Amino acid sequence: MTVTTPASRGRLRAAASQAWGAVALPVLSILLALVVGGVVILVSQLLEPNGSLNPIRPFEAYRSLFLGAFGNVDNVVETLVQTTPLVLAGLAVAIGFRAGLFNIGAQGQFTLGALGAVIVGVALADQPGFVAITAAVLAGTLVGAAYGFIPGFLKAISGAHEVVTTIMLNYVANSILAALVSGPLKVPNSPSPVTRDVGNAAFPILIGTDGHLGLLIALVMAFVIWWLLFRTTRGFEIRTVGANPDAARYAGMRPKLITVFTMSLSGALAGLAGACVVLGVTHKMQSSFATSVGFDAIAVALLARSNPLAVLPSALLFGAMRAGSNRMQVEARIPPELINVLVATALLFLVATPVLRRVLRMRGARPVTDATPTIARSYGGSGSGPGVP
Amino acid sequence: MRGITKRYPGVVANDHIDLSVHPGEIHALLGENGAGKTTLMNILYGLARPDEGEILLDGRPVTIAGPSDAIARGINMVHQHFMLVPVLSVADNILLGEETMANRVFLDRNEARRRIIELGQRFGFAIDPDVRVGSLSVGWQQRVEILKALYRNARILVLDEPTAALTPAETEEIFAVLRRLAAAGHSVIFISHKLYEVLEIADRITVIRRGKVVGERDPGATNEDDLAELMVGREVQLVVDRGDSHPAGVELQVSDLRVHDDRGTEVVRGVSFEIRAGEILGIAGVAGNGQDELVEAIIGLRKPTTGRVVLTGRDMTGRSPRALTSAGVGYVPADRHRFGLVLPFPIADNLVLTTYYRSPFAHGVVRDDGAIEQNGERMVHEFDIRTPSPTVPAGTLSGGNQQKIVVAREFERDLRLLVLDQPTRGLDVGSIEFIHRQIIAKRDAGVAVLLVSAELDEVLEMSDRIGVMYRGEIVSIVDGRTADKEKVGRLMATGAQLEAAEAAGKAASA
Repeated sequence: MTVTTPASRGRLRAAASQAWGAVALPVLSILLALVVGGVVILVSQLLEPNGSLNPIRPFEAYRSLFLGAFGNVDNVVETLVQTTPLVLAGLAVAIGFRAGLFNIGAQGQFTLGALGAVIVGVALADQPGFVAITAAVLAGTLVGAAYGFIPGFLKAISGAHEVVTTIMLNYVANSILAALVSGPLKVPNSPSPVTRDVGNAAFPILIGTDGHLGLLIALVMAFVIWWLLFRTTRGFEIRTVGANPDAARYAGMRPKLITVFTMSLSGALAGLAGACVVLGVTHKMQSSFATSVGFDAIAVALLARSNPLAVLPSALLFGAMRAGSNRMQVEARIPPELINVLVATALLFLVATPVLRRVLRMRGARPVTDATPTIARSYGGSGSGPGVP
Repeated sequence: MRGITKRYPGVVANDHIDLSVHPGEIHALLGENGAGKTTLMNILYGLARPDEGEILLDGRPVTIAGPSDAIARGINMVHQHFMLVPVLSVADNILLGEETMANRVFLDRNEARRRIIELGQRFGFAIDPDVRVGSLSVGWQQRVEILKALYRNARILVLDEPTAALTPAETEEIFAVLRRLAAAGHSVIFISHKLYEVLEIADRITVIRRGKVVGERDPGATNEDDLAELMVGREVQLVVDRGDSHPAGVELQVSDLRVHDDRGTEVVRGVSFEIRAGEILGIAGVAGNGQDELVEAIIGLRKPTTGRVVLTGRDMTGRSPRALTSAGVGYVPADRHRFGLVLPFPIADNLVLTTYYRSPFAHGVVRDDGAIEQNGERMVHEFDIRTPSPTVPAGTLSGGNQQKIVVAREFERDLRLLVLDQPTRGLDVGSIEFIHRQIIAKRDAGVAVLLVSAELDEVLEMSDRIGVMYRGEIVSIVDGRTADKEKVGRLMATGAQLEAAEAAGKAASA
């Protein structure tokens, strides 16, 4: 006992400090971002026509932001609806990071996933709900997977970097959407290019007026992806390839195969996010998709440190800010673009960990996110990524 | 340095260390991995601040704020991994960070060249300042590092394991340079694990163990056994008693293997050999003569262009690493950080890196975390891996303990063939002794062992037969128990087919 007690106590302490280390920096980043946002609000008053400095304005803004997100049941449901695609797309980016891949193409996979779901949903609009919904969800997921497969395959066979290919594929996705919706999918005689309604393929509402089936799907997927990453051999392979592709090869894993698999899975999750938005919220599609879910997902994954379960609170934070920004605009007359300032500032603090650590005099040099090496490698151009011979 | 103490959470890295170095002295700092040598030198070089104690230069206490401050005070460090830019010339590398300016805008390259040539001549190694560093051998790159320090008017030169990548001949040459430096009044602090080197070069030896100075020795009044015992804290068997080997049938047969490196150059040029069960074949050679590629071709990481790799009668040429693992091949890679370990992963995960996919560590696609953790606990115990717990990331351990993870993982399977590439590189005597014992135990259990090492002594002490590799060819295979160090060393350096070695080779294969 005398031997085990200090050891187990040390382990407890290590676990506690590890948990603190994981949570502390994201939380501090957000708090600091709120401070910076407050300063922006304060200063921007001076630019107004008869600008006077109202020192409590930032607090008013944050109060209405919070109430807009969590003030009553409807607000909470709206927050959850905004959170849903962020969870799924955030998981897509996070699992990419785990394999050392920087999937900037979540936006394109999201768009085409939505399109796939709409096409099948419209075609099966009169079929029984269960059939229509299942088919439409599968269609969105598979289209997203196929669109993620392309950059994964290109990387595996030629070393083409996924950052470059996915950015380009985002443009292609937008063009495909515009071409199809203003062409073959357009409702005849409609003044603006828009598809038909998905009819019976629309998600059932589970809570409140808007809380659709997608909420449940997103929640379940977070646990599924966590289980895949940490409890299966394939997840171990994904993490090994991400952490050290050379060691993975040495250990008999096939990094190229894992790259293709992970990019396809990432695309599938982003496509599923798209399907949830069209089947759960819009029920049809216009020729352009006014959303930045695929890009916000990168921030969600970074803040969650690529941990699938941490994606849930991380996405909730972003969903809440999106949901609350309307009320902030109405009540406190703060433009919703401030949200972008908050998000960007929080990410800057998060990515600039060494600075933050020094400012806060925190010990140790643990990297902030597991994605940090991926991002560094993406821009540093060192050829050690998987698939690069 | 007086009473230097440095604490990190949970450990005292330096515990009231006193170290004095005189002008014109070569002072060796000896200690195991993690004994605190590096911490002490980092403090001297301004990379870390001591919690207690002071540094005196010429009798006056000084505070060293950082490396640039240290350099300004004449303290320079040559790191184990060179800090050189391969695509730049020698002169440009030396000018980096210490630019000799003709005016405010332009460098004065002519003046710099003149000074470099003059310094080189003064210390006995004339070097062309215009040659690209990337085209130099490791030994010459090291001289560039030393020149860099001299160019910055270094008075105290710290060399961190300077001989790790050198051939015996190159080591001699560097020693000659160091002696000249000392004769000119420079102080040299020489960090090493290698006892015989320390005895040869040092004027004084300070031994550190667990953060404390445990002894100071005069090289004339000590020997390797004494130093090893001081370093490790117990009696160490420097040369493991290898006993008799009892080779059985041929386990691995390699014939006319040709392999290209990443740039498409043929670096293994028609290599053939065989290893019997219960036998150790050593491959001696200066690093970079095709050994790494040879090993990679054998274990399936690299496809040979021609030739055969036959394991226990089965043709395994070009098969995947997974196929070879399943066929009973264990492999300890030369670069444990790059290939052998996933540093951010827990020790337990690293211990199943090559077996994670099969029972008992996985059932179908689902990992068995319980079995993985149990295996971790057991291995940590059996292989004496010094860690608070198998859940700790592998990257937090010292080099010796990291290597024990790789060894534990690869040795603990049902093996037919064990491929070891530099299994003890950078390790201290205690860890080397441990790993050598494990290798002998595997040999006695009937495993065929291929031991590749740039450490000639290691090959000589362990091998039943020794193949000398030079420029992609095995130029000679000699008997490991009768081989002469001088001759093998000369073969390594020149590839010359000495008659005596030839004869021994014939005798051995007969």
